[in-house]
Amino acid sequence: MIELSNVSKTYGSGDSAVHALKDVDLRVPKGTIHGVIGLSGAGKSTLIRCVNLLERPTQGSVMVDGQEMTRLNGSALNQARHRIGMIFQHFNLLTTRNVFDNVALPLELMGEKRSVIKDRVLPLLKMVGLADKAQQYPAQLSGGQKQRVAIARALASKPGVLLCDEATSALDPQTTGAILELLRDINQQLGITILLITHEMEVVKSICHRVSLISNGELVEDAEVGEFFTAPTTQLGREFLNDFLQLTPPKELLERLEGAPGPSTHPVVRLTFSGDAVSTPLISRLARDCNVDVSILQAKVESIQDRTLGLMIAELLGSETQTREAMDYLQSHQLHVEVLGHVQRTS
Amino acid sequence: MSSALVNLILQATLDTLYMVAISGVISTLVGLPLGILLYTTRPRQILAQPVLNQVLGIITNVGRSIPFIILMVAIIPFTRMLVGTSIGINAASVPLTIAAIPFVARLIEGALNEVSPGLIESAQSMGATPWQIICKVLVPEARGGIITGLTITLVTLVSYSAMAGAVGGGGLGDLGIRYGYNRFNPTIMLITVVILVVMVQGFQSLGDYLVRKSDRK
Repeated sequence: MIELSNVSKTYGSGDSAVHALKDVDLRVPKGTIHGVIGLSGAGKSTLIRCVNLLERPTQGSVMVDGQEMTRLNGSALNQARHRIGMIFQHFNLLTTRNVFDNVALPLELMGEKRSVIKDRVLPLLKMVGLADKAQQYPAQLSGGQKQRVAIARALASKPGVLLCDEATSALDPQTTGAILELLRDINQQLGITILLITHEMEVVKSICHRVSLISNGELVEDAEVGEFFTAPTTQLGREFLNDFLQLTPPKELLERLEGAPGPSTHPVVRLTFSGDAVSTPLISRLARDCNVDVSILQAKVESIQDRTLGLMIAELLGSETQTREAMDYLQSHQLHVEVLGHVQRTS
Repeated sequence: MSSALVNLILQATLDTLYMVAISGVISTLVGLPLGILLYTTRPRQILAQPVLNQVLGIITNVGRSIPFIILMVAIIPFTRMLVGTSIGINAASVPLTIAAIPFVARLIEGALNEVSPGLIESAQSMGATPWQIICKVLVPEARGGIITGLTITLVTLVSYSAMAGAVGGGGLGDLGIRYGYNRFNPTIMLITVVILVVMVQGFQSLGDYLVRKSDRK
């Protein structure tokens, strides 16, 4: 379990002070995967480095598996770090050590005997699928293989917590998928708690249980992944979601879009629906019950873990009263309705 | 060429190698830890000691900026105290070593600076102590650069040892000056130069070979 309470980190002082983290509270229960997503410079790196005290928080406390990290120093801190694995965007493997010796490094640092090391390293290499590469050097491996070595290395000391610092950001989409799958397997098999930071919604979508959104050093959202993908509560959350779903109105429509309704305009709406609403034929009911025609401009259905998420951009064709009723109807069926603007009737 | 002259050249070659070896070994033994300190005591480094770092930096720069020929003469009292004389190859090895220490230190520092900071960070995340980071990460990862630096040092020492000949230091430089220049014997001069060139070439090739062998990138 990871617990951050009122964690702040400030670089410098006085007028030139930079507040990288402001009063961050975060709780990652044992055995879960928690993602922190944010734009670059939002404070993600600082946040994850505060967990193992690579960055020491200016204020607040950090607890990892019942131990208060922020109270530790020197060798006690090093001992505690043996219980926390970490992987990085650029893998950080030693170029002068082969795969076996890279994975052995944390055990060497702990003073383990050579025989113990051997018994520990080989099963780890097997687990990450690199048993045949033990004698190779990092330069001979692909990016995905390097990250697998780094994962094996991070797990060598049997940590209870794994920190992933943009672990897939330097990998292509296919390799990213394979690494994420490995991380999920590790989480399930070993019950290890994973905290990861990323700027990719794909990562959050495929393996996280919960997600926090970080902006300017503050956690602005904290939600179940299904919840975050269906109903983000902040503007930034919606932007991340729309970027991820690539559901923005066509350019041609945007140009015609007017802010205020006129005497002869239709509303253009973005509908987000999840749960039962996905499988209900709402659009045809709209036409029947509210007497409103729906012109679908864009639509998409995504499955986010065990939930299904539908998105649609549509023009509602009808009188002002009819379209207002239609929107009320949709809202009453748990759809999120966002009016993007109004367009002139073409006919 | 008389056998006496051949012996003279042979002896001078051995003398040069002796001076280079002594000063090379001692300056590495002192310069390597000094270079590591120069790097690791930098601000935000694993042994951050900004004041110590400044002091070491200044001492190193002073050592590096004194011209060798002046250093050689200036430390004669120290040399005499250390080896009992101010002439001969042992005496010449003292200023050579003193000049090489800051030189080695800066080259080592430069080599360590080439190690990706990410490697240090990941070692820290594994709970490595500063000493473990130095022994298991920094030095092994920088070994190519370190060997390159030591090769440059040896080559520089060969040419400096020839300069030591000017103040009665012995070795090939001494031979070249006394026989080649003062007694107008261009053959001796040429031979000493050729031997020096071969020596430098040898050190360089050996260094390059070791770097290639250690390189896994």
